[in-house]
Amino acid sequence: MKLYEYQAKNILHKYNINVPKGEVVTNAEDALIIYNQLGAGKCVIKSQVLAGGRGKGGGVKIIETPEEVKTFTSKTIGSRLITAQTGEKGILVNKVLVAEAINIKKELYLAISIDRSTSKITIISSTEGGTEIEEVSAKTPHKIFKEQINPLLGIRNFQARQIAINLGLTGPLLTKASSLLKTLFKVFIENDCSLLEINPLVLTPDDEIVALDIKMEIDDNALFQHKELLEIKELSDVSSAENMASDAGLSYIGLDGNIGCLVNGAGLAMATMDIIKLYGGEPANFLDVGGDASVEKVTTAFEIIFTDPHVSGVLVNIFGGIMKCDIVAEGVIHAIEKVDIKVPLVVRLEGTNVEIARKILDDSKLNIIFADSMKDASEKIINAVNRKK
Amino acid sequence: MSILINKDTKVICQGITGSSGKFHTEHMLEYGTKILAGVTPGKGGTQVFDIPVFDSMKEAVEKTECDTSIIYVPAPFAADAIIEAVETDIKLIICITEGIPTIDMLKVKAYLSTQTSRLIGPNCPGIITPGESKIGIMPGYIHTPGPVGVVSRSGTLTYEAVWQLTQKNIGQSTCIGIGGDPVIGTTFIDALKLFQEDKNTDAIVMIGEIGGSAEEEAAEFIKQEVTKPVISFIAGLTAPKGRRMGHAGAIIAGGKGTVAEKVSCLRSAGVTVVDSPADIGEAVQKILS
Repeated sequence: MKLYEYQAKNILHKYNINVPKGEVVTNAEDALIIYNQLGAGKCVIKSQVLAGGRGKGGGVKIIETPEEVKTFTSKTIGSRLITAQTGEKGILVNKVLVAEAINIKKELYLAISIDRSTSKITIISSTEGGTEIEEVSAKTPHKIFKEQINPLLGIRNFQARQIAINLGLTGPLLTKASSLLKTLFKVFIENDCSLLEINPLVLTPDDEIVALDIKMEIDDNALFQHKELLEIKELSDVSSAENMASDAGLSYIGLDGNIGCLVNGAGLAMATMDIIKLYGGEPANFLDVGGDASVEKVTTAFEIIFTDPHVSGVLVNIFGGIMKCDIVAEGVIHAIEKVDIKVPLVVRLEGTNVEIARKILDDSKLNIIFADSMKDASEKIINAVNRKK
Repeated sequence: MSILINKDTKVICQGITGSSGKFHTEHMLEYGTKILAGVTPGKGGTQVFDIPVFDSMKEAVEKTECDTSIIYVPAPFAADAIIEAVETDIKLIICITEGIPTIDMLKVKAYLSTQTSRLIGPNCPGIITPGESKIGIMPGYIHTPGPVGVVSRSGTLTYEAVWQLTQKNIGQSTCIGIGGDPVIGTTFIDALKLFQEDKNTDAIVMIGEIGGSAEEEAAEFIKQEVTKPVISFIAGLTAPKGRRMGHAGAIIAGGKGTVAEKVSCLRSAGVTVVDSPADIGEAVQKILS
């Protein structure tokens, strides 16, 4: 789960980390109120979307007058922001953050993430804050520092100091920065983050350290122990089909093609999309019904697939392990009755209870094209879809 | 004819009284797996399919001298169940549970590195030595004994690969699902090492997917240490960037972890990589003949 900048800022503020003062608002009137509260001088208005590159995309503006606050806020809210990371459709902006402008002496980079290859927590730091870290990494890799933290020991004082030293900080700033690092590490662990990135981390002319922009991602597996984070979850930027799926315990991601896929297991679901593409078709979605699908779940899966009007055929590919094929078969029948499927349906079943499943589908006399392998299934669905055109 | 488990492997099932623990215990027993004990705190003294249930791993290991444990405990309690098993110095722990918080697993993994137990998983289908022992959730009948070692990050995609082999009368020495999470116990490299040393494994099938760099690291290891032929498929060519594809670990992040990158590393290490998941069996057949 990705958090919005203002949500991440609120969390850091609770840990007494310096963040710019400000509030999130949904209209120009409220923006003006916050602007006046901040002293009616110079401030920054930032579109709240879950994508980077907002500055270059025109979603962030430094404002100096009340008129500008009004015009920029009313223009931005309700519009779609297009950045390098959003794709050409952009993302709808529902909220903006009105925050005090911070004087900058130096911009630094700091990120805490999980290093999969070492199974440790890594703190990445650089003196080159404010730009894309991928760019820094490509052009000047020697300016990026990595410190590995043993998850059982946590961050040690000497490690926090080393990172501060790498960032070129000395004297009282070294102490200040190492204490900040220890707090950030605490934020990372206590909130089950998978990423906590501060870019830039700003040094002000009077030697304060301020977290100017924050990207925070929470491990979905850990959300069950963070009810407070679930409460602030905003569904607006995920498609309604994806929300429907997540409510039903299914994993669905919409794509641009026309062949709907209903598969069990993430690996097989990806492989099914891949083989459709390889044989000249275009998958319409990733859909993993999971290991414990019920008749209702399979029916919901069909409903979700058909929320996409481009779907002109569906491939069901099930290899039953935990999942029993007969449950899928009954789900398919139930779905055909309920959803009224008018497009070709190719079904390939293998694994636990496959014989019972085949009999159920045979007896149903429904218009189903059977396939006996992945290759057979993908060829049949592509042919059926092409014939319909 | 195998690595890690065989017909003599004695198994404890942690979470045996739960619905999934019970269901799979029945199927493992049917396959011939020696399950000698179950553990569910609070259910000690009861029985499941005539198997005694204990309150703790300590007691189960003391009473039955099992060397392997399989975990079906729900995610919030699974990290704890792994540590409880490690504390008994049991040889092998297989964790099926999906959805364990990553930071919990980081701690488990760091602790494991100082102990003797080996962990497979979590979020995996388990391990099977065909005809001898099945410790996991895979359908038994799709497997047949033979010379091919299979290692995979996926569950059902592994079944697909194994089924293709079996239909071509190519048997498997052992099949291991290492799991789809970002932090796992046994890695591709660990499994490759074991298959390379196993005198009854002639070829290795390795099934990877997008995300992380496990396949790239495996390629480097294969280049240096593996003399047996390796056949591979990597899932996720059509996966959009930045989206988590079901598995917690399957995500192309910051442009890293793509199929193209992995395939190119594997090919340069001499691995036969098939583009279609339907061609795995055929590629193995060609190499073995």
